[in-house]
Amino acid sequence: MTVTSLSVMSLTATSPTLSYPAVYTPTTPVGGVDTFLWVIFPYICLTVFVVGHLWRYRYDKFGWTTRSSQLYESRMLRLGSPLFHFGILFVLAGHVMGLGVPKSWTDFVGISEGMYHFMAVSIGTVAGVCTVAGMAILIYRRRTVGAVFSATTRMDKTMYVFLGTVIVLGLVNTLVANVFGEYDYRESVSVWFRGIFRFSLKPELMAAAPIGFKLHALAAFSLLALWPFTRLVHVFSAPLGYITRPYIVYRSRDDQLGSRAPRRGWEKIK
Amino acid sequence: MRLMAQMAMVMNLDKCIGCHTCSVTCKQAWTNRTGTEYVWFNNVETRPGQGYPRGYEDQEKWKGGWKLNRKGRLGLKGGGRLQSLGTIFFNPKMPAIGDYYEPWTYDYSTLTDAPAQQHTPVARPKSLITGKNINIAWSANWDDDLGGSIEHGHKDVMLKNIADKVKFEFEQTFMFYLPRICEHCLNPSCAASCPSGAIYKRAEDGIVLVDQDRCRGWRKCVSGCPYKKIYFNHKTGKAEKCTFCFPRIEVGLPTVCAETCVGRLRYIGLMLYDADKVLEAASTTDDHDLYEAQRSVFLDPNDPVVMREAEAAGIPRDWVLAAQRSPIWALINTFKVALPLHPEYRTMPMVWYIPPLSPVVDIVRDTGHDAEDGENLFAAIEALRIPIEYLAELFTAGDVAPVDAVLRRLAAMRSYMREINMGRPADESLAEAVGMTGVEIQDMFRLLAIAKYDERYVIPPAHAEQAHALEELATECSLDFDGGPGMGGSGPFGEGSGAPTPIAVENFQMLRERQTSDTVVESEDRQYRQGRTNLLNWDGRGTPEGLFPQNGNKIPGQPGSGSAGSAGSAGSAGSAGSAQDDSPEERQ
Repeated sequence: MTVTSLSVMSLTATSPTLSYPAVYTPTTPVGGVDTFLWVIFPYICLTVFVVGHLWRYRYDKFGWTTRSSQLYESRMLRLGSPLFHFGILFVLAGHVMGLGVPKSWTDFVGISEGMYHFMAVSIGTVAGVCTVAGMAILIYRRRTVGAVFSATTRMDKTMYVFLGTVIVLGLVNTLVANVFGEYDYRESVSVWFRGIFRFSLKPELMAAAPIGFKLHALAAFSLLALWPFTRLVHVFSAPLGYITRPYIVYRSRDDQLGSRAPRRGWEKIK
Repeated sequence: MRLMAQMAMVMNLDKCIGCHTCSVTCKQAWTNRTGTEYVWFNNVETRPGQGYPRGYEDQEKWKGGWKLNRKGRLGLKGGGRLQSLGTIFFNPKMPAIGDYYEPWTYDYSTLTDAPAQQHTPVARPKSLITGKNINIAWSANWDDDLGGSIEHGHKDVMLKNIADKVKFEFEQTFMFYLPRICEHCLNPSCAASCPSGAIYKRAEDGIVLVDQDRCRGWRKCVSGCPYKKIYFNHKTGKAEKCTFCFPRIEVGLPTVCAETCVGRLRYIGLMLYDADKVLEAASTTDDHDLYEAQRSVFLDPNDPVVMREAEAAGIPRDWVLAAQRSPIWALINTFKVALPLHPEYRTMPMVWYIPPLSPVVDIVRDTGHDAEDGENLFAAIEALRIPIEYLAELFTAGDVAPVDAVLRRLAAMRSYMREINMGRPADESLAEAVGMTGVEIQDMFRLLAIAKYDERYVIPPAHAEQAHALEELATECSLDFDGGPGMGGSGPFGEGSGAPTPIAVENFQMLRERQTSDTVVESEDRQYRQGRTNLLNWDGRGTPEGLFPQNGNKIPGQPGSGSAGSAGSAGSAGSAGSAQDDSPEERQ
């Protein structure tokens, strides 16, 4: 297992800027295109993501569903769906770790660069391969099983293109950057990504990133913008409340008439 | 004590002639949409037979309903909460479309469009799922009247536990019909299986409903319900189920299946029960005791203590009175002739059945004996173990004694009333033999044989105290319902905006209008006046009239213009290619 020759360990972040490898110094010039791609575009996509979900939830609760096709076909789904979904859950966890947790934190709790790298590559590759394999089965099923194909909307197809691009690029990056190359995304992409949410904008970090990471990030943000208008909204109804709620739900007829809550000031008189 | 009211149904299977009118009217009312082609909220099965979906009663295969765990505690047969979430991406126990049947239509247009040819054109069956040609191989009532039973009959799940082999040779078998709707259980396993909590039991009348806005299509309810009475709408991706026709029930009308039942075999009424005792009753150890356990949950509406509790629980007086008059209470408790369907599923079902005496009567008659004679019938009930064991498998988890008792009562009534009808003195010993008095027998006869509409259906409307809330008087003009005198008012953003019309009021008015009008077709000027469409009836295809405003045309025909439908139509002539204008010609 190779560790970057700069031995980041010794430079453990007192200030984040200190720990950048020299190639990624902030002095890299940032053009207008880079500003658009790595500052403006992400914010547009995130805004569409948030506002889109609010809009969809308010006006299309009826359309908020997994749109399962299990009724039509179950042989391929039995294999493909769990493979894809559990795979992508691990991928999500990996992204939370890789993008969300600063390197200084993992260093602090004593996870060495080598250990982290090994975990990321091994688990990430297995999860990524599962996800891609699952998705391949699901797309094959969707195309070849007549009933499933005829239930596929144009939006589904668009979504599959973006989702597939994001996942394949991500897997390629994991393999190329971690196994063959030596690119530490935790010092660049992750810092840029967290900066978006802290309004600490660092487009120069992405401008200097390898093309694979650039494309992956762009595709991912495009997917986020598409998200609220696709069946992917079902991710946000993951029924975790089921674990704690009582089995039988009683509801009074009077709670609510119709499907929308009455406007404020117009509630029914009890 | 937590006293609750439950709307319940009893079906008298002796009267069912298997005409499927209930199924057809229910389908027309509720599931004639894309996505629900294969769905029958009400279906009629010939028993012995596989039922719909095929073999749904095999809970070792489907894992529906509840079971007792090793500690004797009640849990879902399909697995606990974590196990359920673990299989959320693929539900291993969900029936496929083939277990129901692949719905189809016929390519009727070839019959008229085909060019001149040597052979008569035929309408080929086309799958409604894929649109391709299909070979029809099964449907919801494929084995109707024991059709194909020599080949399929042995697949009936209930026959597994019957020692003697049921013969499917003509003249040696028996059969009866079993109409099924959602059981609206006291302990619904579908609701318990729903990860989203979208399925709920209404606190007022116990009707189990799916909140379409909260359902996320996880499909756990489909496998959770042992009766397989929750269906997945493959178009909308949501679960749908029998609603007990709640918009009708709320205004005091019976369900569509009951209203249109040709044999008048359905009874609808209230049952009062103690919700705190449901879990305990459902956890009864021995399957055979579940029938009595469920009966013990019900409360006597004539008991002063119960009446006081009902008042304390906020159940209106007229509902308690309706519970006292309830035919369901009489059939389940007073006459003890109604039995639950599959109590061993431990869901505490609330659609009960009076088991048919006809298999016994038929055999006695076919052997040339007097099938009205009490002695003959009692002896036959004693001797004919196969039909009785079969009924017991359906209604009492295999316990023959309660079925035996019910059939004896029905047999006693049959011969007791025959004596009276023949002008002979009533034979009180017949009544005593089944632990009843002559008066009770006559009461039971009245309820089973000649009960009129208002005796069969004792449905208190959503009561007067709530009318205010039901009509949304607090927020809107009372005359402002669809088609009402104040119609035309709408929200600030034009037609269709503002608060939705309460479903009960709208449907009731539509119903009343349809029942009292002279024409079948809705008058066109009324449609124009509304300028809106009922989305409940829209199948998601095409754009029905009124869904969108007409291009470049104002909505014509204000109230007062055009008294008849045709006048309103004429007034709108000139609108481009309007279906409204074409329809009178089509009808001619």
